[in-house]
Amino acid sequence: MPLANINDSEVDIVIGALQSDLTSFMNEWRTIFSRFHLIIVKDPDLKEELKIPEGFNFDVYSKSHIDRVVGSSSSIVFSGYSCRYFGFLVSRKKYIVSFDDDCIPAKDSKGFLIDPVAQHLANLTTPATPFFFNTLYDPYREGADFVRGYPFSLRNGVTCALSCGLWLNLADLDAPTQALKPQQRNSLYVDAVITVPSRAMMPVSGINIAFDRESVGPALLPALKLAGEGKFRWETMEDIWSGMCLKVVCDHLGLGVKSGLPYVWRQDRGSAIESLKKEWEGVKLMEEIVPFFQSMRLPQTVATTEDCVIEMARTVKQQLGPSSPVFTRAADAMVEWVKLWKAVGSGSSPL
Amino acid sequence: MAGSSVKPTPLLRDELDIVIPTIRNLDFLEMWRPFFEQYHLIIVQDGDPSKTIKVPDGFDYELYNRNDINRILGPKASCISFKDSACRCFGYMISKKKYIYTIDDDCFVAKNPSGEQINALEQHIKNLLSPSTPFFFNTLYDPYREGADFVRGYPFSLREGVTTAVSHGLWLNIPDYDAPTQLVKPLERNKRYVDAVLTVPKGTLFPMCGMNLAFNRELIGPAMYFGLMGDGQPIGRYDDMWAGWCMKVICDHMGWGVKTGLPYIWHSKASNPFVNLKKEYKGIYWQEDLIPFFQSAVLPKECVTVQQCYIELAKQVKEKLGKVDPYFIKLADAMVTWIEAWDELNSLEDKSSKQPNGTSK
Repeated sequence: MPLANINDSEVDIVIGALQSDLTSFMNEWRTIFSRFHLIIVKDPDLKEELKIPEGFNFDVYSKSHIDRVVGSSSSIVFSGYSCRYFGFLVSRKKYIVSFDDDCIPAKDSKGFLIDPVAQHLANLTTPATPFFFNTLYDPYREGADFVRGYPFSLRNGVTCALSCGLWLNLADLDAPTQALKPQQRNSLYVDAVITVPSRAMMPVSGINIAFDRESVGPALLPALKLAGEGKFRWETMEDIWSGMCLKVVCDHLGLGVKSGLPYVWRQDRGSAIESLKKEWEGVKLMEEIVPFFQSMRLPQTVATTEDCVIEMARTVKQQLGPSSPVFTRAADAMVEWVKLWKAVGSGSSPL
Repeated sequence: MAGSSVKPTPLLRDELDIVIPTIRNLDFLEMWRPFFEQYHLIIVQDGDPSKTIKVPDGFDYELYNRNDINRILGPKASCISFKDSACRCFGYMISKKKYIYTIDDDCFVAKNPSGEQINALEQHIKNLLSPSTPFFFNTLYDPYREGADFVRGYPFSLREGVTTAVSHGLWLNIPDYDAPTQLVKPLERNKRYVDAVLTVPKGTLFPMCGMNLAFNRELIGPAMYFGLMGDGQPIGRYDDMWAGWCMKVICDHMGWGVKTGLPYIWHSKASNPFVNLKKEYKGIYWQEDLIPFFQSAVLPKECVTVQQCYIELAKQVKEKLGKVDPYFIKLADAMVTWIEAWDELNSLEDKSSKQPNGTSK
C-alpha cells in the first residue's frame, strides 16, 4: 500500500522485548520492519542478553539506560509490557507503531500477507470521524464514502491520533473469558476501520497499536500497575488504563481514535487458567475505572496533552485514590511521566 | 456459555411482519420467496390508489393504498406522506406484531464472500434477539457472536448488555449515497463485505437507512415515524434519517440498543441523482441545524414511555427548529398526530373499520 505522504524516516517501530531471543520474531517481520528504524526496549527484569538477527536498523535500550534517564526514585516502573513506554519516550519520530513480541504478520481473508505498519500509517494519516457515525465505516477508504444523511460540515474529519489494530488466533480476551473457552481462537477477519465515536469509551489493547507521538505522546503512559502484574497480557491492565486516558484526551482535544484493521497473528503463549489464579484484580478494578473515565470531563482551559494528563491525574487521586492505593500510585506515575516527558521526551536531540 | 452447537435462529413467523412500500410492482419478492414466504407481509401502496399492484402468488399479505389510509386514519391521515416511501410507516402502525422488517422493492438477496445467499431476515432476527452493548465499545464487535467475545478490559457488569430495539442492515452494490456524492461518483459500488455487527454507542448518532431495517415494534414502534416527505412537502429522502435521529435519542434515553452492520442486501437500483438533489437540497442545509439539535436533545426523566418521549421531542422540534423553517412546525404537529393515531389504532383490537384493500392467504 503506497503512502505518498509519509516518509519511512518519520516512523519508529517500538518493541518491548519480554523474551530474550527475538530471532524468529524479527525474521517473521523482516520484510515489513527492514525499512524502518526500530527501538527495542528490553524488559529490565530480563536477565539474558537479547538475540537480534542481522539486517535491521535498530537501537536497544535496557535497564541501564532506563535507570540513567529515570533514576531510582521514580514512581514509574518500566518493567514487563511497560518497558515499551521508555521507547515512546526516547523516540523522536512523528509516528510510532508498536507490537507485542509474540505477534507476527497475519494473512487477510484472501491469503495475502498483511502489512500492519502500512495500514496503521494509513489510519493515522487519514481523518477520523468521531462526531457522527458513518454506517459504511471509514469513508476515506477506497470504494467507500460518507452515506446519505451524513452532515457535510463534519466530512473534513479530524486528525487521527491513535490506531488500534486487532488480532487473529489468540484474541485479547481476559483470563476468565479465555479460561472458559480454552479452544476459542479468533478467525473472523472484519474488513473495516472504524472511528470510535467521541465520548464512547473502549478498552485499548497495547498488543497492536500506532499513534501520533507529536500530538498525543504524553498521554500514552505507564501508570496502572497491578499488584500481581506479570509477563502475560492476562496479568496486566497498563494498556487499558493508558488507553482510557488517551481517549479522554482525544475527545477533549477533538482528535480521533480508530479501531479495526490491521490484524496481526498473535501466537499462543501461556495459560489463561494459570494467569487467572494469579491475577484477577484487574478485572475487579475495571468496574470502577470505566464509570470514572466515562464521566470525566476536562475543563475547557486545559489545552495541551500534558495539561490534560496532569488534570486527569489530579482527579484520579481525588476520586479513585481512596478506594485503592493502586490508583494513587497511578496518579503519581502520571504526574511523573509528564515531568519526564518534558525533560526527556520533547526536544530534538536523541538520548 | 460454551458449546460447539449453534442453536437455530427462531423463525418468529407469527411475531414478525414484513412491511414493504411500493409504487411500481413487487417482482422483487420472487427472489426473496424462500426467505419471506412464511411471513405475513404488509404492503403499503404509494401513489395512485386505482392502480393494482400484483403480489406474487403464495404470499400472505394485506395491502393498503391511499384510500385505505385515509379511511382508517380519517383526518389523521395527514401525517402519512404521499409519493414518498415514508408512507411505509403506516405499515408499522397498522401491524399487530412484535417485530417489523422493512425492505425496499429494489433490494435483492445478496451473496456473502463464500458465494452463499444471505438470509437477511434471519440475521436481523439474530440481531434483535441478542443484546446490544451501547455503554462500552467492544473492539471485537458483537461479543455474542459465535467465535467472538468481550475483550480484556470490558467490565463484567456490562456484559449482559441491553435489549436491542433496532437492527440496521447494509447494502452491497449501489451504496446509499446522497445526491452530491452520487453525482461525483456515479460508478462507485460497495463491494466490501464487512463481516461484523456492532452496537452504535450511546450518545452517538448515525444516518439510519430504511432500505433494510428491522426493529422491535413493541418497544420502539411509536418512534419510527418517517416524517412528512414527498408530495406537497419541501423535502424528500430524509424520512428514514429523521426517524433514525428521533429513534436514537429515545433509545439512548430508554437504555435500549441499536445495532448496525450485517446483514447485507443487494441494492440494485440507482435513483436519478438530479431528482434526488432536488429532493434533498433543503435537507443538506437543514441537516446542519438538525444534527446539533439531536445531539443536544435531552428528554426529562419523567418521560417513561416512548410516546411521552416522542411528544416531548415534538415539542422541542417546534420550539427550536421552528425558527429554521416553518416546515418543522408542521412536522412537529404531524409527529403528535402520528402518536395520537398510533395510540388509537393500537389500544383496542377493533378490526371492523380497518379492513385493507386486499388480503390473500
